[in-house]
Amino acid sequence: MTGHDVIFVLVGLLTASAAILTVTSKNLVHAALFLAVTLAGVAGVFLTLAADFLALVQLLVYVGAVAVLFLFGLMLTRAPIGREALDNQKRGLAIAVSGGLFVLLSTLIIGAVGSGALGETSVAEVAGPRIEDIGIATFAEWVLPFEVLSMLLLAALIGAIVLARPESGESGEEAEVTRIEMGDAPSSEGPQPLPDGSAPELTSGQGTEGSS
Amino acid sequence: MMASLTHATTTVAQTVSLFDGFDGFVLPVILKLVFVLAAFFVLPLVGGYLEHKVMGRMQHRRGPVEAGPFGSLQLVADGIKFIQKEDLIPSAADRWVFAIAPGVALVPAMLVFLVIPFGPGVFALDFELGLFYALAAISVSVLGVLMGGWASANKFSLIGGLRAGAQLVAYELPLIIAAITVAVQAGTLSLVGIVESQATFQLFGTGINVWFVFPQIVGFAIFFVAAMAELSRPPFDMPIGDSELVFGYMTEYTGIKYAMYMLTEYAGMISMSALMVVLYLGGWQLLPGVPLPGCEAGGGLFDCSPTGIALGVAITIAKIMALVFLMVWARVAYPRLREDQLQRVCWLVLVPLSLANLAVVTIAKVVF
Repeated sequence: MTGHDVIFVLVGLLTASAAILTVTSKNLVHAALFLAVTLAGVAGVFLTLAADFLALVQLLVYVGAVAVLFLFGLMLTRAPIGREALDNQKRGLAIAVSGGLFVLLSTLIIGAVGSGALGETSVAEVAGPRIEDIGIATFAEWVLPFEVLSMLLLAALIGAIVLARPESGESGEEAEVTRIEMGDAPSSEGPQPLPDGSAPELTSGQGTEGSS
Repeated sequence: MMASLTHATTTVAQTVSLFDGFDGFVLPVILKLVFVLAAFFVLPLVGGYLEHKVMGRMQHRRGPVEAGPFGSLQLVADGIKFIQKEDLIPSAADRWVFAIAPGVALVPAMLVFLVIPFGPGVFALDFELGLFYALAAISVSVLGVLMGGWASANKFSLIGGLRAGAQLVAYELPLIIAAITVAVQAGTLSLVGIVESQATFQLFGTGINVWFVFPQIVGFAIFFVAAMAELSRPPFDMPIGDSELVFGYMTEYTGIKYAMYMLTEYAGMISMSALMVVLYLGGWQLLPGVPLPGCEAGGGLFDCSPTGIALGVAITIAKIMALVFLMVWARVAYPRLREDQLQRVCWLVLVPLSLANLAVVTIAKVVF
């Protein structure tokens, strides 16, 4: 066990326990916060595997944006303020889905990487590619999948905007915008003329000069 | 195309920090930690004192005068007062989340200081992905704000937290795009590399040496506005909005936890200003294209004498404080935006403008 291994094991344990707490937590917001810890832990795992760029992307996209949007959505809609619980009781279905997904993914990964290759890499060889190499590979070799992915994301973005757009007459009426007249002209702030058109009487000390 | 690629490969060479000059493994690490912590705790206090004084003068007051010479120890006195105050946790609050939240906001703000170069060789780490690292660390702070807003079990806090979440996620976008534009121009993501590339950068086609602020004045303006919004400082302080939300997500916080939120804000002011100095204002250089007195070719550590290093640090900090002054000026001069105006400015003005800026700079980079 080198120091590297110890850190890897610690980060892995942290990530795994946060992941377990995410699904066992009774409070929805706590679950989302543990999810953020899990995602940050995955970034830590990437970091110990010398994939700096991937770790930072994980941090920026998943912790800084996705987890924040989860929390934002929860707080905006149905999160109980404070310590109340809000829990989904469909445990059996969740276990079946996540277990199936785990088996599928681990089979795929072991099949793709091969069990023989895993044991042969030593710590000294673990060094991530330079950011330049990643960039050149993305924009030279893999430019077509990259563009297809961006088109997919763009389509999803436009779809989300279309779904969120309030159609007039569909979901109730739009509230009228409150208009506040503002101006420095003293005439707009002074006493209004009476209904018969005569100017109202000013009592002493109620002039406009009193308000600065 | 290939020529520019090979050029980029040569400039990315990692620069050695001043602290790596010592023997062993432990000593440089300790020195770097001390340096980062000192910068993190001292510079925000200087910036805060500057804010007190400048705001006072702009409002025809004198600002702090009692504590220390010219009131310069006012913030230290404030800090001692915060520590002495009772540490209240509302009975309806979620205790753990409430207690952890200020730390979640503070730690990323501290981590940013790890990569900021304050002078030739005066930095803890020249990370190949330094700029990206700084942006990623900044983006995590918002979690602490959301946690604090929710866990306080207070409607004002919750609304403040929600506003902060919406604002910080939105303004991150123009901030990152503006920063990417500089990285495209410099051909590197390393903050030291960006400073060094400005020493030799010449305006397209001419022989005039300039910093990136001149070809990228639009990007600089976008970054400056987005940075003020990211820090939720006036005129972008809707999450705090003291005239509508009591004190936003910080309403229920007292004592040391409140101080931690405030320190996050002031440290953010320093780190954002430092990023702007590095990205746009040539870092520790005195004039574009002119090496510092005592330095050769405006380059890394080994070209500089101790005088040159000290001068470089002084120039960087002076530039940072000048930007802090601008932020304070904006705070005094402009009223707070309305919540819908804020989102409108971001999505309809800053994001399209930054994308157009990125496109123009990229085309110029390829053509010239």
